[in-house]
Amino acid sequence: MGESVNRKSRSFLSPKHLPDASGHFGPYGGRFVPETLVPALMELDREYAKARREKSFRRELAFLLREFVGRPTPLYFAERLTRELGGPKIYLKREDLCHTGAHKINNTIGQALLARRMGKRRVIAETGAGQHGVATAAVAARFGLACDVYMGTEDMSRQALNVFRMRLLGARVVPVDIGSRTLKDAISEAMRDWTANVRTTHYILGSVLGPHPYPMMVRDFQKVIGIEARRQILKAEGRLPDLLVACVGGGSNAMGLFFPFLRDRSVKMIGVEAGGLGIKTGKHAARFAAGRIGAFQGTMTVLLQDREGQVKVTHSVSAGLDYSAVGPEHAYYRDARRIEYTSVTDSDALEAFQLLSQTEGIMPALESAHAVAQIRKLAPRLPRKSVVIVNLSGRGDKDVQQAAEILEGKNAR
Amino acid sequence: MSRIQAAFERLKREGRPAFIPYVMAGDPDLSTTRQIVLALARGGADLVELGVPFSDPLADGPVIQRAAARALESGTTIAGIFRLVRDLRRETQVPIVLMTYYNPVLQHGLDRTVRDARRSGVDGFIIPDLTPEEAGPWRKTLRGTGIDFICLAAPTTPPDRLKTLGRVSSGFLYYVSLTGVTGASLADESELRRQVGRVRRAVSLPVAVGFGIKSAQQAAQVGAFADGVIVGSALVSRIESAGRNKAAASAGRFARAVSSNLRASR
Ligand SMILES: Cc1ncc(COP(=O)(O)O)c(C=O)c1O
Repeated sequence: MGESVNRKSRSFLSPKHLPDASGHFGPYGGRFVPETLVPALMELDREYAKARREKSFRRELAFLLREFVGRPTPLYFAERLTRELGGPKIYLKREDLCHTGAHKINNTIGQALLARRMGKRRVIAETGAGQHGVATAAVAARFGLACDVYMGTEDMSRQALNVFRMRLLGARVVPVDIGSRTLKDAISEAMRDWTANVRTTHYILGSVLGPHPYPMMVRDFQKVIGIEARRQILKAEGRLPDLLVACVGGGSNAMGLFFPFLRDRSVKMIGVEAGGLGIKTGKHAARFAAGRIGAFQGTMTVLLQDREGQVKVTHSVSAGLDYSAVGPEHAYYRDARRIEYTSVTDSDALEAFQLLSQTEGIMPALESAHAVAQIRKLAPRLPRKSVVIVNLSGRGDKDVQQAAEILEGKNAR
Repeated sequence: MSRIQAAFERLKREGRPAFIPYVMAGDPDLSTTRQIVLALARGGADLVELGVPFSDPLADGPVIQRAAARALESGTTIAGIFRLVRDLRRETQVPIVLMTYYNPVLQHGLDRTVRDARRSGVDGFIIPDLTPEEAGPWRKTLRGTGIDFICLAAPTTPPDRLKTLGRVSSGFLYYVSLTGVTGASLADESELRRQVGRVRRAVSLPVAVGFGIKSAQQAAQVGAFADGVIVGSALVSRIESAGRNKAAASAGRFARAVSSNLRASR
């Protein structure tokens, strides 16, 4: 493992060449799925490769991102937060302002266009926080596609508002009542559905996870975040940022922001995982803190597992980060030491949730609050001259009820 | 010649299809599994597939998912399954194939898995999430051991890929009878017959059909044109309802019914 990373450690300078043709990022990635799905993945790979070269596809995608999603999203200078923390200049990339409330729709729009090209009249998706489910339901409505979204019953209760949103948008929400009843079980059920209905159905996977070509394709659809941010920061500051910070569930908002900066060696990047109740408690989703390489849900990557290779149940206050594995490309850049990973706890995230609401009038999603919590920790140690971009991957409306229960429950005691 | 190849040669001479029951090892515990396997062998099983439980069985429907959960609950590990097979080898020479997802093998170690398999008398592996493209390291570890790597082919598999699967696979080729997970309902019989014909023309290995065969009657229908018939969920669900004490007897009865139907199928 170490050897192949060293052999390739120069090639991260040209990230455009990753993954290789079979979907590998060094020892990670690839395609670990039942044979029934292999032909569909090959077709998707071919169609996507064709589409991305076509001007008409790129034009339609750009049009929809502008007119339907509302891009470009602002790169917002968080003046009061900057002053409050007393460190570097903090900019927020406002993915929370995307239609449906998170970055997820950048990807679902792209995949819906592909589904239409492939003549698939039905789409399915998994969802944790419900944001990807809502983003899928919205594009399914927009393109007139049938839509089923798999969601763990644990997540359905903590993200009830998004369940209603999906139904309002015409999707069917399929409760998943097996295993940990969270995102990982929803992905398994979605893959089983896809295995049964692969001829008529496209699976819109929501992060840089799963079998090739998903990690590459989802990254490509999300890298619009970083492309815009790079242009915007050059305009605002006349130079590149010193640091990028993003939360990492599967890793799509982080990879979307980071990817276009990978070749800028002066730009540091930190991915923030869910530290849950603390790494020592075992109740967390910090794959890079306590995980090992393994094959899971279609890809070879770093995951939380026991000695026998059974996948562990994770914990996070934020449903969107509560997942046992991380995208394979992240694992690659961790080994290559290009991206650094850390975690913050549930309570750090909840404090950051309030801090951003009160200093900037912006309620972040609990997922994004993990990134804010990290910059809150780091800021006092960073020079005032330095410039930081924090990816605000989504808005907090969906989390208000859950946060109220936790925070007011605490105040009541 | 491997024990699996020898079994198919013999069956060919006898002019009947192989009966291949699947059970989850450790459901409800390994000592019951031992009784079940012996009952299956006595009841006419020509090969036995032993499932290795995994927390996230992507290719399995609810029946086998529940069996895996029970097996994990009882503390079943791949090492324990190898010990079980070594025990069984004192009493039966029926070929035994492990059906396992890739991660438990990967974490046990490829070399160590193959070494343990040889020592205990495991004859082959079916790994539903390990396609030929990703199987390089595993096949290299297996080389020269006489242990078979049995690939799966599906209704969605195009002709040129069938040839590849036929080349990579050894012992037999596992044809998944339906686009779906284990335990779903079987497709139309004449369509399945046509599909199996297509697969048999593309590969030189015996072709066994599995996923969705629910009864002795259905087994006989499929046995009329396939080299082997794999029965999983239907058996696992009988074991589930029989409970620990009656599981082996119930499995044995079912095996006798399927196997006598299969003998009459041609
Ligand atoms: C707002 C928001 N941010 C982040 C995530 C985590 O996903 P990813 O790591 O793929 O960006 C989610 C997932 O549901 C989300 O809703």
